[in-house]
Amino acid sequence: MKIRLDSVAKTFDTFRAVRGVSLEVASGELVALLGPSGSGKTTILRMIAGLEFADRGAIYFGDQDATAIPVRERGVGFVFQHYALFPHMTVGENIAFGMKVSKVKRSKGEIAARVDELLKLVRLDGLGNRFPTQISGGQRQRVALARALAVDPKVLLLDEPFGALDAAVRRDLRQWLREIQEQLGITTLFVTHDQEEALDLADRVVILNEGQIVQEGSSQDVTRRPNSAFVTRFLGDTNHLQAAVAGEQTMLGGAAIAAPGVRDGAADLYVRPADLQWTHDTNGIPATVTRVIDRPDSRRVLAKLDSGEPVELDVSPETNVARGDRGYLHIQRANIFAA
Amino acid sequence: MSAAKPHKPPRVGDTPAVRRTLIGVVLLLGAVLVLAPLVIIFAQAFSLGLQAFAAAIAHPDTLHAIFLTVVTALIAVPINTAFGVAAAWAVTKFDFPGKRLLIVIIEIPFSISPVVAGVAYLFVYGLQGLFGPALASADIKILFALPGIVLASMFVTAPFVARELIPLMQAQGRDLEEAATSLGASGWRTFFSVTLPNVRWALLYGVVLCNARVMGEFGAVSVVSGNVRGQTNTLPLHIELLYHDYQTAGAFAAASILTVLAVVTIIAKVLLERQGAGRRTRVSVAAPTIMSGEPTK
Repeated sequence: MKIRLDSVAKTFDTFRAVRGVSLEVASGELVALLGPSGSGKTTILRMIAGLEFADRGAIYFGDQDATAIPVRERGVGFVFQHYALFPHMTVGENIAFGMKVSKVKRSKGEIAARVDELLKLVRLDGLGNRFPTQISGGQRQRVALARALAVDPKVLLLDEPFGALDAAVRRDLRQWLREIQEQLGITTLFVTHDQEEALDLADRVVILNEGQIVQEGSSQDVTRRPNSAFVTRFLGDTNHLQAAVAGEQTMLGGAAIAAPGVRDGAADLYVRPADLQWTHDTNGIPATVTRVIDRPDSRRVLAKLDSGEPVELDVSPETNVARGDRGYLHIQRANIFAA
Repeated sequence: MSAAKPHKPPRVGDTPAVRRTLIGVVLLLGAVLVLAPLVIIFAQAFSLGLQAFAAAIAHPDTLHAIFLTVVTALIAVPINTAFGVAAAWAVTKFDFPGKRLLIVIIEIPFSISPVVAGVAYLFVYGLQGLFGPALASADIKILFALPGIVLASMFVTAPFVARELIPLMQAQGRDLEEAATSLGASGWRTFFSVTLPNVRWALLYGVVLCNARVMGEFGAVSVVSGNVRGQTNTLPLHIELLYHDYQTAGAFAAASILTVLAVVTIIAKVLLERQGAGRRTRVSVAAPTIMSGEPTK
């Protein structure tokens, strides 16, 4: 099922949560709505679900205008941030709920068979008689998904699906959700504030800020060609340096860095820690190391430029560097935006 | 502090002296303030022997008072339960102008003396009151009859159910209802299979409190009932009448009945809770397979 949002807007009291968002999600696509808190991403998801109604604009499911269809009839599967499992029902009863209340009458046997099938799909066979309080967070998450899938939704919507889980479980589930989505081919949107999760999981990432889409595209598009300082900063650690652009390039540390399409004058240069190289040849930006943080796969060096600006860079674990060392930074890749 | 026993600092405030004093004070106060009067009621009720007790209970006026009290509860408690659930639902699941005002209004009976409520009803439905003449000409008797008693009882106990439900339903939020609706459940279905089961203990507790208060209400009912022996006397009013007539044993016998009614209510609540608790902690018999690589609770 294709979804299309046409300049959708929503205001809560005086807070303009969503300010004219247009978006198309192709059938079977897995799309992430990524943004900081308050960027309107959850509100958009809830409007697609029918849990909120847009003040302006329209939402289409396929060719049908779904803007005013109530959630009950919209045929979406919604997975809530905190799962919203019915605590007084067993896992099996939770999954069966949608089929029991459905207008399509199913026999008890059919429902039981479908519950077993779904439990198998989410790899929870044998846990059907447990109560939600008796299973782990990751298992609850999967029950919530199975419950949403039980009613054969046209669209699957997930609100911060892994927000409440610890890091290891989160990575596991991410992989698994991707597999299930591919297997079922169901159009899926999920909301997250975690850029790694969005880039990992989604076919396409939609980045939101202050109720508007700031950039959308594949993870390659948004990571390699961020279109604004906001996107650059939001997608990961980055160093901010002042620069001056002249003739679509800027000179830093004796090297020219291309700045295509940036007008002449003051500019902001963003460079990721891994895109800075630590060298001892004098051709570069001089810096002094203030601290070294060791990580499993790299060393993070905190340094200070002679101008006093702090920078962070990642070097290989073998690099011999210590506090107080002097050296030079090479910028290998950078994003430059006019100030 | 001996060497064999390593020094183990107690938790904050947990020293034997403090613990013993606190527990002692609570037990003592509980015994003096709550238990002793209850014991005295039963001791006094049976002071003239079992036969005198039975005779006092079997007196037609007493029997009628018991009957009237039970009927009042049977009418007032269900209505107030429905009102309380509706009010709690409205307040916690919807946003609308005047929501805070509604909460305040629901709480008014808590802060107003029941006698005031009774007098207010007198002014509204009494012969000299607002609707008095109209009601009299239509031959509808509200005051000094069952309707007045029920109305006064309902006024006094209106907040009980809502007050128990609102904090809980507020804490639970709207997620469960939204989930149920997104799965295709109708409003009624959502209410009966999702909302109600999750507030059942609070609801039960509210109903029990409401019932206890309806049966025990004195002030408001005393104003509107007219205290007609054998006709409009509820148990609490009857007890007072007997007491003023120097029929101490009879008064205590009737009081013991009222106490028993209360105790039965509380026992019923505990039993129902037990049953529910049994289901909640039910664990699957089949050995569960636990996913590897994932922490389990």
